Amino acid sequence: MGLLSDPVRRRALARLVLRLNAPLCVLSYVAGIAWFLALVFPPLTQRTYMSENAMGSTMVEEQFAGGDRARAFARDFAAHRKKSGALPVAWLERTMRSVGLEVYTQSFSRKLPFPDETHERYMVSGTNVYGILRAPRAASTESLVLTVPCGSDSTNSQAVGLLLALAAHFRGQIYWAKDIVFLVTEHDLLGTEAWLEAYHDVNVTGMQSSPLQGRAGAIQAAVALELSSDVVTSLDVAVEGLNGQLPNLDLLNLFQTFCQKGGLLCTLQGKLQPEDWTSLDGPLQGLQTLLLMVLRQASGRPHGSHGLFLRYRVEALTLRGINSFRQYKYDLVAVGKALEGMFRKLNHLLERLHQSFFLYLLPGLSRFVSIGLYMPAVGFLLLVLGLKALELWMQLHEAGMGLEEPGGAPGPSVPLPPSQAMGLALYVLPVLGQHVATQHFPVAEAEAVVLTLLAIYAAGLALPHNTHRPLSYRVVSTQAPDRGWMALKLVALIYLALQLGCIALTNFSLGFLLATTMVPTAALAKPHGPRTLYAALLVLTSPAATLLGSLFLWRELQEAPLSLAEGWQLFLAALAQGVLEHHTYGALLFPLLSLGLYPCWLLFWNVLFWK
Amino acid sequence: MAVTDSLSRAATVLATVLLLSFGSVAASHIEDQAEQFFRSGHTNNWAVLVCTSRFWFNYRHVANTLSVYRSVKRLGIPDSHIVLMLADDMACNPRNPKPATVFSHKNMELNVYGDDVEVDYRSYEVTVENFLRVLTGRIPPSTPRSKRLLSDDRSNILIYMTGHGGNGFLKFQDSEEITNIELADAFEQMWQKRRYNELLFIIDTCQGASMYERFYSPNIMALASSQVGEDSLSHQPDPAIGVHLMDRYTFYVLEFLEEINPASQTNMNDLVCPKSLCVSTPGHRTDLFQRDPKNVLITDFFGSVRKVEITTETIKLQQDSEIMESSYKEDQMDEKLMEPLKYAEQLPVAQIIHQKPKLKDWHPPGGFILGLWALIIMVFFKTYGIKHMKFIF
Repeated sequence: MGLLSDPVRRRALARLVLRLNAPLCVLSYVAGIAWFLALVFPPLTQRTYMSENAMGSTMVEEQFAGGDRARAFARDFAAHRKKSGALPVAWLERTMRSVGLEVYTQSFSRKLPFPDETHERYMVSGTNVYGILRAPRAASTESLVLTVPCGSDSTNSQAVGLLLALAAHFRGQIYWAKDIVFLVTEHDLLGTEAWLEAYHDVNVTGMQSSPLQGRAGAIQAAVALELSSDVVTSLDVAVEGLNGQLPNLDLLNLFQTFCQKGGLLCTLQGKLQPEDWTSLDGPLQGLQTLLLMVLRQASGRPHGSHGLFLRYRVEALTLRGINSFRQYKYDLVAVGKALEGMFRKLNHLLERLHQSFFLYLLPGLSRFVSIGLYMPAVGFLLLVLGLKALELWMQLHEAGMGLEEPGGAPGPSVPLPPSQAMGLALYVLPVLGQHVATQHFPVAEAEAVVLTLLAIYAAGLALPHNTHRPLSYRVVSTQAPDRGWMALKLVALIYLALQLGCIALTNFSLGFLLATTMVPTAALAKPHGPRTLYAALLVLTSPAATLLGSLFLWRELQEAPLSLAEGWQLFLAALAQGVLEHHTYGALLFPLLSLGLYPCWLLFWNVLFWK
Repeated sequence: MAVTDSLSRAATVLATVLLLSFGSVAASHIEDQAEQFFRSGHTNNWAVLVCTSRFWFNYRHVANTLSVYRSVKRLGIPDSHIVLMLADDMACNPRNPKPATVFSHKNMELNVYGDDVEVDYRSYEVTVENFLRVLTGRIPPSTPRSKRLLSDDRSNILIYMTGHGGNGFLKFQDSEEITNIELADAFEQMWQKRRYNELLFIIDTCQGASMYERFYSPNIMALASSQVGEDSLSHQPDPAIGVHLMDRYTFYVLEFLEEINPASQTNMNDLVCPKSLCVSTPGHRTDLFQRDPKNVLITDFFGSVRKVEITTETIKLQQDSEIMESSYKEDQMDEKLMEPLKYAEQLPVAQIIHQKPKLKDWHPPGGFILGLWALIIMVFFKTYGIKHMKFIF
């Protein structure tokens, strides 16, 4: 007979699983963590290489020499900006036209769900200015974008200067086969989102924007530039985008080749690249970079304008110029030459970037881990949930009864609707009830939202007391007192495994991070045993606590550790940002945590406090 | 008087004898020259130059083809006798920083596009079907004359192909390929339709030698830029244009051809690219070719040389058959050959290239086989009993 249909063998298998369950779970968990840590060592990490043939092996000579012009433009821009307080639209239009581009503007406005404390804005309205350089001898079917997001202060004026100088230089060349769009947006990412929505003629986030007058064809690639000073010591590249999307690895490879060619110092996550990968130092540094990338990707925030381009499958990067205390500095000409080289190579493209990886992790600028090699880590972690669920299923079957019984034990499905309702309340109430809160309490709207979030979150902890009270009047069957919570835990384990599995497929970092913290305590939760210890563990691994912990870890890895008070403030700010970004850009972390993982976590809380 | 008469007569006789002797010497000298005159056997030259790859990063293939075109035109083959097939337009590509030029040397020393280039098959017209139709002559009647290969049985044809290739195939335009077997069959069709006298086939692709492995028609000489399993390498990138400009093999062929003028006597043995320059190992195939490569002038294929000699004597031309007979006797081929071969009759190609295995004569089975079968039969009867014997005998 078959292995599973033979009752003798099945019983033997069941006994094996039940006996060895705990060691297997521990082994699987440890294997998952160990696999993740081993990702920084070769052979799991490989050298990057250029996969696209059209961007091939030949180097082009850069001829950009407009450093002075860039600085002059930047000075003018900063002066006009200070005078007008907002983006100097008329000056930008005039200058772009004088450089030779086709200039268009776009106005947009957005009412934020609650006033943003960090930037102090509620009703945001602004104007984007963009100039199109038409390809001299080609049809305008494809385009490249160079964008500079301008916030409410003048920290990005050098980038605007460089953009204008590059536009003037590019206008003098005749080898462009794609149109180039030079985009200056107001209010950072809000302006970029408005422009992208109008360009692709969609409305994903409820932004009101005027339609675009001038269009340039399908965007093949985009580069966002942020320069705060006119000399830089290094260029930092950001790849993580909205909801953890990443650009095609070839774009990063392109940037890295020009870093090497121009002798520029390029960093990833603000960290220098380790030279030596054979000894232990290189991989350890790589592990730091990898963890930083995991944390940033898990947060699902667009870390720069490029993050919003990725939603439309436009490969994009953000380059940030860092001016530190190093001796050797590069001026705008060096940065301009790197950009010119990148655009010239992108000009050679015939198809969208598709030859290289779309899903990867980066332990360093010249090393990557592909999805086929990092997925087993989260697979091992989810295996723990599967094993535990299997054990519970077998135990329930050994008890021998079906789940339906007249007048039976309190149904295991009773805590499900209240948990889900709590999750819904967590999602909807803070923003909805902010005005009510500000009327009754002396807090600002943003604070009100955050405090409501925390209040509802904590209120969920009292759920077992509320759901079990009406049940205590029922006759509890004495035959199988454990059946109720075991069935609930089974359902909760499967629910968690499903959610984490789906999350890990699209955003590996978020799935892995949540799995690392939630899986052990979910597996351990049961009403017997040291209840206070288990309760403490469960609270420490709840989604909110994971967020708090990862903030501390992130700052620790960046070598700027936080004190407890600072960490708490940052945590509150992160909560507000999360809700805001969900409403303005469609970031999915907030709904995932509130509608998906928090109710699941509450189920485990209910299991723990089962009577 | 009689003395002077006799003297003058003697002088005349002596003069005549001397003249005759000189004349005969001179005549034999002229006859030698006349023999050399018809050494190659062709009266006109054609060239079919094919570049099979498109896209900007394959700039070098177009530059390869255009540099051969340039040399061939400079050495005398007119546009009406050149069929130029380019799969993409590099000169007018929007990415070309110097429009209407295609350079073969970096720093833009040599523009092989020129201002009088005539491309016969352009862009998407370069397909395997069109190429084979050009070679075999099976062309729809509406095709313009410039797109036809109007060669005859006294034409020497140069066929140059470049692009991306592999073991046994050449890729056309990223969507189809031509195999070495198809090419060999096309050349056989050309031979049977009397469309060439001699053929020089040059190919500059990766693993190019695989393309001439299957040829089985006579009078073909083949050159390739690399052996099977090797890649042909590109020569030099130009940082101003941003692409590789030429492939190594064709680059050195071009440099070699730039030294040739229509009157040069350089022969095919000099057309060699050393491994230090070409990195890959160029290959050649001459077993199907009747003449010795050292007697084949470069201009027999690359140029169109009108042979003109002015002489005042009459020359008695010998028949073709004697020349051919002498060359056959050198090779010690079929002694029974007395009559000259007619064109359509095949050469004994199988003996030349040993492609088909020879049919062996039947020999009776040897002792070993007999013994083996005897052993098998004995074992059979031992196992199953001797009673089966009566059913056999």
